[in-house]
Amino acid sequence: MLSESVPGTPPEVFAPVEVPSPSQPPEEVEYVQLLTPEGERVDNPDYSFELDDEAIKGFYRDMTLVRRIDTEATALQRQGELGLWASLLGQEAAQIGSGRALNKKDMVFPTYREHGVAFCQGVNPLNLLGLFRGVDQGAWDPKDNNFALYTIVIGAQTLHATGYAMGQQRDHAVGDADTGEATIAYFGDGASSQGDVNEAFIYASVFNAPVVFFCQNNQWAISEPIERQTRIPLYQRAAGFGFPGVRVDGNDVLATYAVTQQALKRAREGSGPTLVEAYTYRMGAHTTSDDPTKYRLSEDLEHWKLKDPIERVHAYLTRHAGVDHDFFEEVEAEADKIAAELRAGCLALPEPQMTDFFQHVYVEETPQLAQQRDQYAAYAASFEGEG
Amino acid sequence: MAKTTLGKAINAGLRAAMEADPKVIMMGEDIGKLGGVFRITEGLQKDFGEDRVIDTPLAESGIIGTAVGLAMRGYRPVCEIQFDGFVFPAYDQIINQVAKMHYRSMGKIKMPVVIRIPYGGGIGAVEHHSESPETLFAHVNGLKVVTCGDPVDAYWMIQQAISSDDPVIFFEPKRRYHEKAELDESVPPALKLHQAKVLREGTDATIFCYGPMVKTCLQAAEVAAQDGRNLEVVDLRSISPFDLETIFASVKKTRRAVVVHEATLSFGAGSEIAARVTEECFYHLEAPVLRVTGYDTPYPPSRMEEEYLPDLDRVLDGVDRVMGY
Repeated sequence: MLSESVPGTPPEVFAPVEVPSPSQPPEEVEYVQLLTPEGERVDNPDYSFELDDEAIKGFYRDMTLVRRIDTEATALQRQGELGLWASLLGQEAAQIGSGRALNKKDMVFPTYREHGVAFCQGVNPLNLLGLFRGVDQGAWDPKDNNFALYTIVIGAQTLHATGYAMGQQRDHAVGDADTGEATIAYFGDGASSQGDVNEAFIYASVFNAPVVFFCQNNQWAISEPIERQTRIPLYQRAAGFGFPGVRVDGNDVLATYAVTQQALKRAREGSGPTLVEAYTYRMGAHTTSDDPTKYRLSEDLEHWKLKDPIERVHAYLTRHAGVDHDFFEEVEAEADKIAAELRAGCLALPEPQMTDFFQHVYVEETPQLAQQRDQYAAYAASFEGEG
Repeated sequence: MAKTTLGKAINAGLRAAMEADPKVIMMGEDIGKLGGVFRITEGLQKDFGEDRVIDTPLAESGIIGTAVGLAMRGYRPVCEIQFDGFVFPAYDQIINQVAKMHYRSMGKIKMPVVIRIPYGGGIGAVEHHSESPETLFAHVNGLKVVTCGDPVDAYWMIQQAISSDDPVIFFEPKRRYHEKAELDESVPPALKLHQAKVLREGTDATIFCYGPMVKTCLQAAEVAAQDGRNLEVVDLRSISPFDLETIFASVKKTRRAVVVHEATLSFGAGSEIAARVTEECFYHLEAPVLRVTGYDTPYPPSRMEEEYLPDLDRVLDGVDRVMGY
């Protein structure tokens, strides 16, 4: 009929494509857990947490401080002092548990959200703000704290980590679980779809590189749910690449510590890579530019609030370790002090000068660039004295 | 003195670099036992071991991405990309990581990475094996881009590239791998890596060329001489940065310039030279800077490449036109 060929009317030739739809978070996910959301210690046949309650108090302090740093940074963004911030809210246990499992000689390759790991490595939180304030591009020295620069391009750092680990092999720094060296690569569930991450898995596998692939599966890649990245649990992908994969409750700092430590030991002793999937949840927006109310349900958030990584440690310390109110108050006071210092430091970050950014394009500057720099300087100087 | 091919000269240069510095390592596909599809790394794995001459998985982004990590660890990776058209899976790592690492770290991380790419046409290859993507790298700040035109340069430039603390894209003119010249390894190089070379002094016009077009342009100059035209031929050698000093000096002398390259015309190396020469040598010019290049098409099927590539006649036609002003 004529009406069927009217321009602009789409022909009905395409059947709807069937794809899995986002599901409610499962109540029972299989993973390694050593501390329940209620603060109860539980046993696992393969992993155990062998440090004492003092260490757990230390984890509580770490997690509370990085949450406070994160909150302050978000506030600074809201007040116009940062251009952007990528919050780690909800992922404190994944980052502190894995970060505290590292030895001094181990090397870290982060994404742009590893503020907690940076804290464990001794990176000044103020250094993290430079990138987000736009005064530099994350110009700390990776050698100072064995913490590489934040990497914005999703997944690229997993290859850098693998190459670095291949260097550790060639330096004969691998072979002992305690004194050897390992590398840890952080990435997320979204990054698991990247070619670079899959190539990193292959390189690490065939060269038996001492690298731990630490995937924080926070369920969301901006607006895309985990169902858009994978049809199987991410940790199971490791089997296809020929190395072990393990899923851990990423909101359980004790389990994350134990699992990461075992993976690192395996790498240091020369047994090759491990994929750790830390099952967690991005409690905040992807970044301060994001609006998660457009794509996810508030019930999800309520569900995950019950699994809060800090609350469960608070409950454990209170009920089972005899930790009193004074300790928690001290930590709160320390957090407030660090936040105040961070704020003051942020506001005092020097304004960058364009002339600084002609430097470092090359180690050996080209004559063309030197000329441009001089022309810019002369041009800028021509405005001096003008209001 | 025995003559050496351009390919064997690169091999000898790689060997010398590996002997001089234990941190120099080779990475690439088929570079070990096979010695690379062009045999440029022949014998190196046998003599330096599998830890230093690494047959990588067949994944180019992986080659460059792991090279970044190795460089951060203190190594000096020399990566072989098997053919020009296969570099693009690694483009993100090259552009976003290799090129910018020194800059974004404010000089705290160096990237002494060399990426060797056999490039250019003329060998009757199937698609993706004959391309000239040098401008796609020269446009990226943080990279340096060079190419050799003869065996002596090949031997020294690869070593200079490896000792550079900046990342260098090293383009090898694959159809000239078998060109021969006498190479005396005891005579140190006359030029730095980013200096151009005046191959033939002349007075009437300058031909700027590089890589595979060097031989073609020298032949054209010989033929033009028979017609009484005295052409200067400059092998640019370095595309980023250009040796503007040598370029300007030549143009101010001859007052006419033709740039020749296999890569396509628009936004090519010739365009940049034309702009720079116009800015700096405007009152010396007798004619606009002309370009003799590949056409603005994808590289054609190999039966067409003789039409596509600049050859002796097209170079001479360019000379005729620049002399006609």
